[in-house]
Amino acid sequence: MPVDIVREKFVSKVGAVTLGATAEQGGTRSHTLTVGGDSTLPFLHFEGEVPHRPVIAIEVPDIAPPWEEALKKYWGDVWGDPAAWAKKAVEEHQADLVCLKIYSADPDLGGAAPAQAAEKLRAVLEAVKVPLVVIGTGIDEVDDELMPVIAEAGAGENLLLGTATQENYKTLTAACMVHKHSIIGLSPIDINICKQLNILISEMNLPLSRVVIDPTVGALGYGIEYTYSIMERIRFGALQGDRMLAMPVFCNVGYEAWRAKETKAPVDEFPEWGDAVERSTLWEAMTASVFVQAGGHIFVMRNPDAAAMLRRHIDELMESNVY
Amino acid sequence: MILVGERINGMFRDVRRAVQKGDPTVIHEWARKQDAAGADYLDINVGPAMEDRVTAMKWMVQVTQEVTDVPLCLDSTDYDAIEAGLELLKRPGMINSVPAEQDKMDRVFAMAKKHDAAVIGLAMNERGIPKNSEDRLALAMELVANADGYGIPTDHLFIDPLILPCNVAQDHSPEVLETLKQIKFLASPSPKSIVGLSNVSQKCLDRPLVNRTFLVMAMACGLDAAIVDVDDTELMDAVATARILLNQDVYADSYLKVFKGRGTQGTGE
Repeated sequence: MPVDIVREKFVSKVGAVTLGATAEQGGTRSHTLTVGGDSTLPFLHFEGEVPHRPVIAIEVPDIAPPWEEALKKYWGDVWGDPAAWAKKAVEEHQADLVCLKIYSADPDLGGAAPAQAAEKLRAVLEAVKVPLVVIGTGIDEVDDELMPVIAEAGAGENLLLGTATQENYKTLTAACMVHKHSIIGLSPIDINICKQLNILISEMNLPLSRVVIDPTVGALGYGIEYTYSIMERIRFGALQGDRMLAMPVFCNVGYEAWRAKETKAPVDEFPEWGDAVERSTLWEAMTASVFVQAGGHIFVMRNPDAAAMLRRHIDELMESNVY
Repeated sequence: MILVGERINGMFRDVRRAVQKGDPTVIHEWARKQDAAGADYLDINVGPAMEDRVTAMKWMVQVTQEVTDVPLCLDSTDYDAIEAGLELLKRPGMINSVPAEQDKMDRVFAMAKKHDAAVIGLAMNERGIPKNSEDRLALAMELVANADGYGIPTDHLFIDPLILPCNVAQDHSPEVLETLKQIKFLASPSPKSIVGLSNVSQKCLDRPLVNRTFLVMAMACGLDAAIVDVDDTELMDAVATARILLNQDVYADSYLKVFKGRGTQGTGE
């Protein structure tokens, strides 16, 4: 008996965003990366197009980061050297992107001048040729000074800069406009604020093809299902023609996973939880795998083993299931 | 919600004069204005006064398409005029309209099939407009069956249950609302529904209020499309808000602005 495959037909699709710029485009990257463009729910290849695979960024701190010891197993030899860290991420761990996280300007971590972070950005741009993401401190007053300097230092590179919020989006949006970068809009697991922020950014005339949504991802065990639902609604909105929700989704997995007690706790504290490195690797990988299935497009990871597991998972999900 | 802009209609004096004089200015203006207001289709009606409706329709279609890419809804009881217009469309349009009368259905569905056009089917026949919902639905079913017979996808058929002015036929309004609910069950995929909104308020004192109140009620009963004055800001705001309350759009503080500019806003390019 023939089986009738039920296919949903959507009127629209997720917008595509291209990151990086080659010499021809005014940058110095060896290639660009495009994410998004999906015309169906995640990985339903039989129903629509999934033209670009999700990409993995390795998070590279601009100074020695306030991170857990467990990560020194992987990055101990480059700790505090962002250019070497980035090179290792790309060459040894096949990172599609490098996500430079600025800690140096944070007042609690020394509060260095924006020029120092810009210097680190130049060094990373020199060290690797993949497209870059740069994330500020997350402190509004600091980022308002910092990000325009970063945007200028990376002018022409089509960086992905973060993060804009509903309360503080103007400076970063303007910097992205002037120096031709793309922007990450961060909303607090709230689809209405997510949409509103996209509207506000687009009203400043930054093209929607240069906007990426960070819906705030939680870690496994810490409200991950809320973000899953929000990402599901974002995707449905995009597919049903809501242009203000039709952007690729950015998942800052490393940051969230490493806030979880299950990731951070040393083995002597909870001997029954097992080896700390293995546990934290799995926690980060599991968190990412949930969000790749929910429709995430850009994944920022800290642990390279977790990143490798995510890559294998993406490989499997990208295999055609066309009937 | 599919909105058909009603304004390019020879019933309006400025449009009638423009057609008579062959002056495209007014048509261009209304085409652009309704496009900017977010119309999904533009109704094109030569009006009752024109003698040569075929020539008038062709001219109006051409002139409108000079300034807009919005698909057109060709509105006439003269099927020669509609057919002449269909020949000129740059993108698939809509035919407004056909009653549940066999000879007319045969003519209209055949040309709709040929030109890949959607069709507005009126829930009426030679005996006029039914009084109740059951009889409207029986005629709607005839339209569905005939459209299907001509190979027209059911979701290209827009059933108009026919609303009458509330100051003379108040009892029809609940029957229309009930019909809208039931249309969804006539076929799978279900036919769409449409109303010519302004008719509900003919000669009423506060027409915009009556129009927008009825439109919101009809949307709650599943209405898919309406022929409306897209230039009526309060009406558009009511539609946008109803879409939020029916969970058809995701709420954002600026939802009114986004709805108004949904045709072009936000590209930034």
